[in-house]
Amino acid sequence: MDKKQLLSLSATALGAAIKAGETTAVEAMEAVLEQIEARESTYHCYVTIERESALAKAAAVQGKIEAGELTGPLAGVPVAIKDNLCTEGVLTTCSSKILENFIPTFSSQAFLNLEKAGAVLVGKTNMDEFAMGSTTETSYYGVTRNPRNPEHVPGGSSGGSAAAVAAGECFFALGSDTGGSIRQPASYCGVVGMKPTYGTVSRYGLIAYGSSLDQIGPLTRTVEDCAAVLEVIASHDPKDSTSIKREDTDFTAALVKDVTGMRIGIPRDYFGEGLDPEVKEAVLRAAELLKENGAILEEFDLSLVEYAIPAYYTIAAAEASSNLERFDGIKYGYRAEHAEGLHQMYKKTRSQGFGPEVKRRIMLGSFVLSSGYYDAYYLKALRVKAMIKKAFDQAFERYDCILGPVAPTTAPKLGESLVDPMKMYLGDIDTISVNLAGLPGISVPCGTDSRGLPIGLQLIGDCFQEKKLIRAAYTYEQVSQDA
Amino acid sequence: MANIISDETIEYVGILAKLELSGEEKEAAKKSMGEMLDYIDKLNELDTSGVEPMSHVFPVQNVFREDEVTNGDESGRTLQNAPSEKDNMFVVPKTFD
Repeated sequence: MDKKQLLSLSATALGAAIKAGETTAVEAMEAVLEQIEARESTYHCYVTIERESALAKAAAVQGKIEAGELTGPLAGVPVAIKDNLCTEGVLTTCSSKILENFIPTFSSQAFLNLEKAGAVLVGKTNMDEFAMGSTTETSYYGVTRNPRNPEHVPGGSSGGSAAAVAAGECFFALGSDTGGSIRQPASYCGVVGMKPTYGTVSRYGLIAYGSSLDQIGPLTRTVEDCAAVLEVIASHDPKDSTSIKREDTDFTAALVKDVTGMRIGIPRDYFGEGLDPEVKEAVLRAAELLKENGAILEEFDLSLVEYAIPAYYTIAAAEASSNLERFDGIKYGYRAEHAEGLHQMYKKTRSQGFGPEVKRRIMLGSFVLSSGYYDAYYLKALRVKAMIKKAFDQAFERYDCILGPVAPTTAPKLGESLVDPMKMYLGDIDTISVNLAGLPGISVPCGTDSRGLPIGLQLIGDCFQEKKLIRAAYTYEQVSQDA
Repeated sequence: MANIISDETIEYVGILAKLELSGEEKEAAKKSMGEMLDYIDKLNELDTSGVEPMSHVFPVQNVFREDEVTNGDESGRTLQNAPSEKDNMFVVPKTFD
């Protein structure tokens, strides 16, 4: 198989080709590394590339495949991992200066599950610093460019992962989603991205941002890949106390091209002011296609959508301010020089080690948790969160899933978003409630705008209903290719 | 802007957050925090009386296990990440006189 043909395969197709002896894990890794050589200087998807060890590991995996020890669908497939997931012996920076030299002594459980299935690490992908941002522009290590148009951002915070999948610099990737950080970059780069139900994938070894909202998930080329990856990474883990024991993680069983009788709710709130007309048209066209194939569509009012962003930024900032206290220059990472005494060392280290967006959120979080403001801001946000969850509960009494856009616009140009953070936060409007309510959500490409920039269709399910999402997303993907 | 962040408040937040801000950074922080709080104040439009704060979507409880070491002695490898170490311990700047 030639390199070009190889690189056009989905992750599961590559896995099948390796199993059938049509290619090898080493050839696949060589193809990816060549692609990186050719494209990385333009796109900058990675913070760290495992050039040396990747080929050696691919060879070892190939041996196990030939010996019949590795038989899964991802055996021998090159994977990129977001740089906030710990990988033993491999630099893990969170795209921050404060972790510029941090080499974990353990791996995140999600990555361990992939390694056990025979996937081979290509490298660690660029992201917004500590996953705080929507464009991958807050990275200390420079911006990532959108492979569909390098003048535009790839989205964020898992922008490097989405771009690496889109650019053929890996066959699939892992990201993390706290307020849309998998789904939105997937949408901007024209790939599939899924945030599973909270607790489905262990957060052990994920460097925490907003612990009650963070969830790891796949970024892939196809819905089939997405289901296959999720099936591997979902596991109950005693090391994550919020991990849930699920029996229904055979997600590939839901790859069925049939939505007959599926009830899909379309929230009017997601189609109001601020939505780009081209995005609206593409998403509604996708909905029509599902209807033509047997789904039952109904418009409804979800309510409370405008309160999700202020509730989210209060809760996420509060949790971040607590989670990021551990970066103090003592046990790992950057330490400021010339500090007088311990306390000054903490302050200097953190002030020099964190970027502006991270500092902004730590300060806001410290404030809303401080004595005298805790009830008015933090508890208020948690009460609103409960109301938002209830609104979704009511919607899912009537619908199998909810359909809408992933983001109000396609990818903005580089350099446009950080000037006005408030405006950037507002771009999270369609993804953020899903995290507050712990729900699963998937982003599937549904066309491009007149400039050729990808548009994403979002499907949201009730807790533990990933299979409904996969079924609807798979059906849409298949019928839109037929059309 | 309805929320005016005073110098004292930003000073206090700096202490809580363990951040040392330059004069310029302080001014920017006052402005951006004020804007964010104005926006967050939107939550006050909602009557939340009688609504229990929801910290987790699912009921969470403590997960207990026996206090047994399962990952071996990793102190050597752990210390390799330390900015400064001596005799199998982390070295920190002077903490008191």
